[in-house]
Order: sequence, then C-alpha cells, then structure tokens
Amino acid sequence: MKNNVLIVGGGPAGLEASSQLQRLGYNVILIERSAALGGHLAKWDRLFPSGVSAQDALKTLLGRIEGVKCFTDTEVQSINRLDKSYNVILSNGITVLADAVLMTTGFDLFEASRKEEYGYGIYNQVMTNADLEAYFRNHSDKRIDNPRRIGFVHCVGSRDEKAGCRSCSKVCCATAVKQAIEMKQAFPEADVFCFYMDLRLFGRHYEDMYLKAQKDYGIRFIRGRVAEVAENADGSLQVKAEDTVASKPLKVSLDLLVLMAGMRPSVSGRRVGELLEVPVEEDGYFSVREGIVSGQRSPLPGIFLAGAATGPKTLPDTLADARAAAVLVDDYLSGIFTEAKHYKNLVRELW
Amino acid sequence: MIYEGKQKIWADYQKEIPDDHYFYVRSCIRQSFFPASEATFLDITRNRLGKDIFETEHHTTCGGIAYHSDTIPQETVMTIIARQFALMAKNGYENYVCSCITSFGLYCETMETWREFPELEAKIRENLWKTCKLDFAKPKFLIHASDLVYKYRNLIAKQAVHKLVNVHTGQPLRVVEHIGCHYSKMFPSKGVGGAEYPYVLVGMIEAWGGEIVDYPERRHCCGFGFRQYFIKGNRGYSISNTHKKFESMEPFHPDFIITNCPGCPYFMDRWQYVIAESTGKTYGKDGHGIPVLTYEEVAGLVMGYDPWDLGLQTHQVGVEPLLDKMGIEYDPEKKYLGKGGKDIGQPEPCICMK
Repeated sequence: MKNNVLIVGGGPAGLEASSQLQRLGYNVILIERSAALGGHLAKWDRLFPSGVSAQDALKTLLGRIEGVKCFTDTEVQSINRLDKSYNVILSNGITVLADAVLMTTGFDLFEASRKEEYGYGIYNQVMTNADLEAYFRNHSDKRIDNPRRIGFVHCVGSRDEKAGCRSCSKVCCATAVKQAIEMKQAFPEADVFCFYMDLRLFGRHYEDMYLKAQKDYGIRFIRGRVAEVAENADGSLQVKAEDTVASKPLKVSLDLLVLMAGMRPSVSGRRVGELLEVPVEEDGYFSVREGIVSGQRSPLPGIFLAGAATGPKTLPDTLADARAAAVLVDDYLSGIFTEAKHYKNLVRELW
Repeated sequence: MIYEGKQKIWADYQKEIPDDHYFYVRSCIRQSFFPASEATFLDITRNRLGKDIFETEHHTTCGGIAYHSDTIPQETVMTIIARQFALMAKNGYENYVCSCITSFGLYCETMETWREFPELEAKIRENLWKTCKLDFAKPKFLIHASDLVYKYRNLIAKQAVHKLVNVHTGQPLRVVEHIGCHYSKMFPSKGVGGAEYPYVLVGMIEAWGGEIVDYPERRHCCGFGFRQYFIKGNRGYSISNTHKKFESMEPFHPDFIITNCPGCPYFMDRWQYVIAESTGKTYGKDGHGIPVLTYEEVAGLVMGYDPWDLGLQTHQVGVEPLLDKMGIEYDPEKKYLGKGGKDIGQPEPCICMK
C-alpha cells in the first residue's frame, strides 16, 4: 500500500519534493492555488548568476513530476487530524487522507507601494523587480522607452524595521546586479545606478557577477538608502539618497527606478498553516522543530516544511531544502507505517 | 502621476474627526504673522457653520518653540500641556483642536510618550496638581484646525461665493500644498492622508475647485526648521531651503500656495521677497511672487470675505494677481486701512518684486 503525501504549493520546492517523493514510492498529491504550476519561477526570465532561462529550469522541474497527481486552482478547505494522518478536504471537492503534509507555500513579494516614499503605483516610472522580469520576457512595458538613466533600489521591504520586515530576502542583491547588467545590455548608452545598504553576494559566482557589473558594464554602486522619490515636470524621477561612502547627500534624475521588492511570508500559506495550527515565528515564517539539524520538520507530527515557507531562500537553496524535506518525510513515514517498507524496497530495486 | 495610487494611500490614512464641540487653542505666532486667520476660523466655524468652538483666555503657549530650541525640560513642557488639556476638561470638552502645527506635533508626541511611559504620565499628573491644582485629563480627540476645515470643506463649498477657478480662462487654479513638518511626518497616522502624500489640504483645494500641483521638493521643509532660523548664523540654511522649494515648483507655474502651519506661510512669503531683492529672481508671472496663504485665508476668500478683512495686506507677496484670477473685487485704496478706517501704514515698495 502506498502512503499519501499531500504537498501544498506548486512552486519550485513543491515540484522538486513531489518528484523526489514520487520516486521514493509515495502517492503524491500536489495542490496549487493558482492556475499554473511554477510559482514565482514561472514569471521570471533569467536566473542569476549565469543567466540561465527560468523557463528552461521550470520545464526541467515539471518534466520530473510524471505520475504526481496535480490539482491547480485548488486550495485547502479544511483539515482534520486523525490518529496517524490528516483528513484534508480540498476546494475542488476531493478529500485526501494524507499520511504526511509538506508545506511548500513559498513567499509573497513585498508590496512595494507600502514604501510610500518610493512612489510605486503613484509615479509612472517606478517599477519592481517582478515588473522588470515581465518586461524581459515580453519585451513590452510602457514605462521602458529607451531609458538613459536607470536606478535600482536594494532592500525594498527587506532589513527594514519601519516596514516591519527585519530579515534579509537573500536574493535581491544578486537579482539587482543581474537585472542591472541586463538593462545595460539592452540599453548600452544608459547610466545605471544601484543603491544598496550592504551587498550580500554570498553564493558561488555571485561576486564574479558583481565585479563584471562594475568592470565590464560600468554600473555604479552607491552605498546608501534612497530617501524619497518625486516626479519632475517632464515625468522623469528625482531621487534623493545618501552616499555614505562619500558622506554626502545626492540627488539624481532618473528615467526609470526599479525597486527590489523582497520576500514576505505567503498570506495564503499562512492561512493553510492556521488550519493545521503550524506555529509561526516573529518574522511571519513557519517555525521548524529543530532549526539547524532538521530544518524541514514542523513542530507538529507529519507536517513538513520546505522552501521559502521557512524564510527567504535562493532557488538552489529551495531545491536542496525540498530534497531534504523529501528524505525526512520518507524517514517519518517509514517509522510510522512499517508495513509500507517492503513495497518501497521493491520500488527502489526497480531503479 | 497615477491619481488612483494616491487615492489608495489616502484611504489608508483617514482619522476620526468629530463634527462638533471643540476646545480651541491658538498659536503663539500666527496672530502676528497672519492676524486674521484664527479669527476667520472662529467666524466660519461658529457663525457660518453653527459649530460649538470654545476658547478661553486662560490657555497659554504649549511650550513648543522652547522645546524645539532645547531651552525647556521635557517634564516642564509636558506639565504645560497637561494644564491645557485640564482646561479643556474643566470647561466640559473632550475634543481638542489647536491652531498651531508645532503644538499639534508636540501634543501627539506627548500623548504617545505618556502611552509608552505611564510612570511619566503619573509624574506629570502629580506636577499638574502641585502647580495648578487641576485634574489631569487627556483629549478624546486631538485635532488640528486644518483637520476641522478639511472636515467642513464640503459645507464651505456649499456656501462658496468664489471658486478656485481662473474666471478668465475657466481653468482650475493650480495650487501648491505645503503641510507643516510636524503635522504628520512624526506620526503619519495622525494626519489626514499620512506623511508622504498628505490629503488634508488637497481635499480642501479639490472641494473648492482648484487643482493640486505635485512638484519634486513638495516634501521639503519650508525653511523655518526652528534652529535654522532662531540662530542668526544659520539663517542662510533657512533661505536656501526655501529657495530650493521655489526653484523646484517654478516649472509648474502655481497660482498660489496653501499651508497649514504658522511658520511655513511666513517663511515662504517673506523669503520670496529676500530672494527677489537680493538676486532679482521672482517666481510668479511678470515679476510677481507666488502668493502664500493659510487655509483659513483660502476658505475666507472662497466664502466671500473681504481680502483686507482677511489680513492679506500683511503678506509680503502681493495677492492681487490671485484675487484678479478668482474674480474677487477689492478696493486698492483700502488695502492699508485697518478697523474703523485707521491707517496701518504701508511698507516700503519692493525693488524687484511687484
């Protein structure tokens, strides 16, 4: 008999965990509240640091989930805890008896309009990192008309106590450098500025990308937060910031300002978490049972967590987290449902 | 500019403003700078709109100027404020409306401090009893007078004699709004519309037929900034702030500026004269300046008050071009005549500014 594993969230973590658990011999049910699988990855164009296609990466992940029962446009309606499993009623009317539940509910992008001083949604020439990725994919955005001066603002909704978002979103620095290079490639005559607090380029090859941005593309990195944005009479933007290296305030006119909106806990994920009574920490992300040694276990039996559900992560970290969660789910179910071990051994021998 | 984006923010920053029954406190300096503004506020609210606005001659300064000049201990200024609030309660009111932005900011700061540090509130309560034998009370609603005019803006519009429209072109007048820094920059939730895109003055202008001008240095200080001006050696900072604002708004050709702070209209009005006389630069049309008005003065013009009864002759920048645009009749001969036709004297004519 196969054990049922319900995976909530069809982004990269959910897809990767689905494929791993399917191969381990479980009956995997993957639900996704939106109309398509892929999460934020489906909306992205290219990935740092090498610039590989996000759509190719997604195709690879989707290609691995053959046999997984996927339900899109589906949400968790209610959950009841049974002795060893969970009775989950889905919004499409299907009931799942899940022996384990893996929450891969991902993140929401910070709502950039909350940083009122940056004028997103008020000034025409202000956009977000997600808007710019959409432009890279579609090559169409009325805000982008041969811009000559472009600015990127790091840490929008990250490391910002005033916005109630203390944590670093991990991906914004590298994304800003990647997008700045792409804009310089698209508009070689443009002057490109990045306004940052710290540059957190911790991953392999990230530093190389940063050096390339400076040496090969002449992108200017200014250490200082943007104070306020306003609109000039010609529709361009006036941006005030502080250059903390030069110890001077500065004011520049830009044709386009890109806000690097950070990661926030998924609101819909939190809703499912409340149904399951999974505790959250002060930062809004789900708590894990043993932070360092097994960061994919929730404090509740049979409930596992992976990806950005437990905090901001890069895509490689998300995928690794999903694989780790699959191993822990397998370990848990093997201990609880000992009769299933024989079946799984047979499946594994077939590999 | 995406107007709907601003509307979304305005919807997030609304505050409850009771309709009636207020204890009113005046500003220390407005009666000198713009002598009819507070009287006009009282006349409009009491006599034109029939509201109950009470004031007593026993109230004093809030201590704000001394506080922001670092010349008064915080506990002393809090005890002064506690006395003001106690007078409100003693006279049977629980809604407190103040004329001054500095006071409003300081009242907000004091009440927040008491909320955060109850032991300090207890000490002030004791100070108040020891020094004044008054019972401690806090307002149920703390409102700035511009909040109240914002609240009544549509009632005022119903009684409008003139609109903020250029009678010669039919176009809405282009208006720069400038809120005092202490209105909502310290506590955005205490101001109508918040700090970044405040609505309190915008709402008045829209209701009375005008059009708001959003210019890059809209958020910048008027040039008062307390220590920028109080310390004589710093006054260059004061005028350079004002200069920055006018250089920024010039390309938008505003017809006038509306303000809600004691200092802002004064500095933006007087420094225009200094800039004109020292550099020859004027920011209005044909050598004129840009008139700077208080919200009570604007409400008064809209409701048909005589410009000279509103004290507009005390402005450094001549208001006549604005009056002409609005189609307001005025007698130039009476400009410098006070109550009972008394000659109040004329300033020396400007050299560079008309």
